[in-house]
Amino acid sequence: MTSLVELMDYDEVIEKYDPVLGLEVHVELHTNTKMFCGCANEFGGEPNTNTCPTCLGLPGSLPVVNGKAVESAIRIGLALNCEIAEWCRFARKNYFYPDMPKNFQTSQYDEPIAFNGWLDVTLDDGEVIRVEIERAHMEEDTGKSLHVGGATGRIHGAEHSLLDYNRAGVPLIEIVTKMIPGTGRRAPEVARAYVTALRDLLKALDVSDVRMDQGSLRCDANVSLSPKTTGALGTRTETKNVNSLRSVERAVRFEMTRQAAVLSSGGEVTQETRHFDESSGSTSPGRKKETAEDYRYFPEPDLVPIAPSREWVEQLRGTLPELPWERRARIQKEWNLTDEVLRDLVNANALDLIIATVEAGAKPDEARSWWVSYLAQQANTRGVDLPDLPITPAQVARVIELVNAGALTNKLAREAVNGVLAGEGSPDEVVEKRGLKVVSDDSALEKAVDEALAAQPDVAQKIRDGKVQAAGAIVGAVMKATKGQADAARVREIVLARCS
Amino acid sequence: MGFPIRIPTLRGLTGVPSISRDEVAHLAKLARLAVTEDELDLFAGQLDVILQSVATVGDIATADIPPTSHAVPLTNVFREDVVRPSLGQQQALSGAPEAEDGRFRVPRILGEEA
Ligand SMILES: [Zn+2]
Repeated sequence: MTSLVELMDYDEVIEKYDPVLGLEVHVELHTNTKMFCGCANEFGGEPNTNTCPTCLGLPGSLPVVNGKAVESAIRIGLALNCEIAEWCRFARKNYFYPDMPKNFQTSQYDEPIAFNGWLDVTLDDGEVIRVEIERAHMEEDTGKSLHVGGATGRIHGAEHSLLDYNRAGVPLIEIVTKMIPGTGRRAPEVARAYVTALRDLLKALDVSDVRMDQGSLRCDANVSLSPKTTGALGTRTETKNVNSLRSVERAVRFEMTRQAAVLSSGGEVTQETRHFDESSGSTSPGRKKETAEDYRYFPEPDLVPIAPSREWVEQLRGTLPELPWERRARIQKEWNLTDEVLRDLVNANALDLIIATVEAGAKPDEARSWWVSYLAQQANTRGVDLPDLPITPAQVARVIELVNAGALTNKLAREAVNGVLAGEGSPDEVVEKRGLKVVSDDSALEKAVDEALAAQPDVAQKIRDGKVQAAGAIVGAVMKATKGQADAARVREIVLARCS
Repeated sequence: MGFPIRIPTLRGLTGVPSISRDEVAHLAKLARLAVTEDELDLFAGQLDVILQSVATVGDIATADIPPTSHAVPLTNVFREDVVRPSLGQQQALSGAPEAEDGRFRVPRILGEEA
């Protein structure tokens, strides 16, 4: 289906048009309970087990706001440099669609809890772009629909739908940027970098699991093109189902090339919701956008207004943790890193891991060396991101500790790490199970050295003649004989002593 | 400020019916109500009376009287974030006309959403 879509060459797009971005991110809070009822807020689980009269929209049920969710919303707003509303209300967004059993979604409309903020976003080359935040408002997530009978699991062609309301009513914060113009060629990268920065921020705030793969962080990308000749604003499309950071970038780029082709052939971009397809990297039309008026928003009569006192807001401001960019600045100074090194560590997703490893007792350079070399290679071989390697910073710190204590050589340490990665347990357990032990008993080493010297008499003679570099062959033989469990430096000392 | 519920009648207090037949038809569609041609005329007239009455109230209210959305002057009613027992799957589905695989089974979603 995508082969029929005309696309313009990206360079040509940039030559003729200015892209304008707008990003809407929905984040599920990881509170214990839902937004308006005491049902557990859990991912997965048997369908419809976490439901009650309120989140099923049964007659007579009444919602009560989860105070913790409001607290999280305010903290998110503060971290995004927003103003916090002195008074705001919830609103009903009315629509007929079975993902909300009430026939409306409880949301906020023109009175968001947080508004007018910004987030500084660092691009891959270190350039910083300030993204203006329009608003962050509170709402509830919808249930999950399973469309049965259609070929693709999408609505189209389905015979009926099956609904699971475990997710219905889960606290959701929608964060909306203002229009982001002027990013030109870098628009796709800016979109990805913004969602990355927001994800890191939300993670630091500890308000959400921020798992794009599980849907606890979702991004809708609005894209429009403005012709350079006229500068007129273009019609925008909203692409949904963008489930990874990489997809954010791909979806924006695809829409730019598609819209440019439509416009240059004299067509018009249709204002619509589009669906991103992960496998083809393309978007396809979804439903036509309703206008805000069609949702017939009105103040939610069952919930009283929220009026956060300035004392409460300031108290919550005091709970903000060190934010990702503050942390980076501090670490750069403390560890004396160049901009370039810092950027590489950030881009490799290594910085937080290294910091955590240092917090677990390792020295910064030791921790850095493990994560950016051996572990980075392992991640690369397995095709996973560094943070997804099945080893924790604390475990890496323990391996480093064992090396420093002389209990492991570097080679044995790598073997211990391999064992942890293979799921054999903690470093200590792997050392135990695999029998990884430095042979530090000199008499055993002396015996091995003597055997090696006897096996290679010509080499032994060279060493005796003063050709010290020949010792390497004997050291190698001893390391082999001891299965790498000897301390190479010590073996070398013994070899030289024996041949003197 | 307040909520931008844009009903034409609240703006013009002329006494002439100001909710059109087309607007009634559009609202009926949004509410998934099947309304006949005759009913459109009937409801447009009836709704207009209601809107005129509301407009009369709006006429009395001056700028210093904020619109009321809640009858009780309360704010910040919050619940502790503590899990309470849910219904469970069986009970949750007990009122559903149809269920399948522990889920509510609903008719195919209308073509307009496709
Ligand atoms: Zn519930």
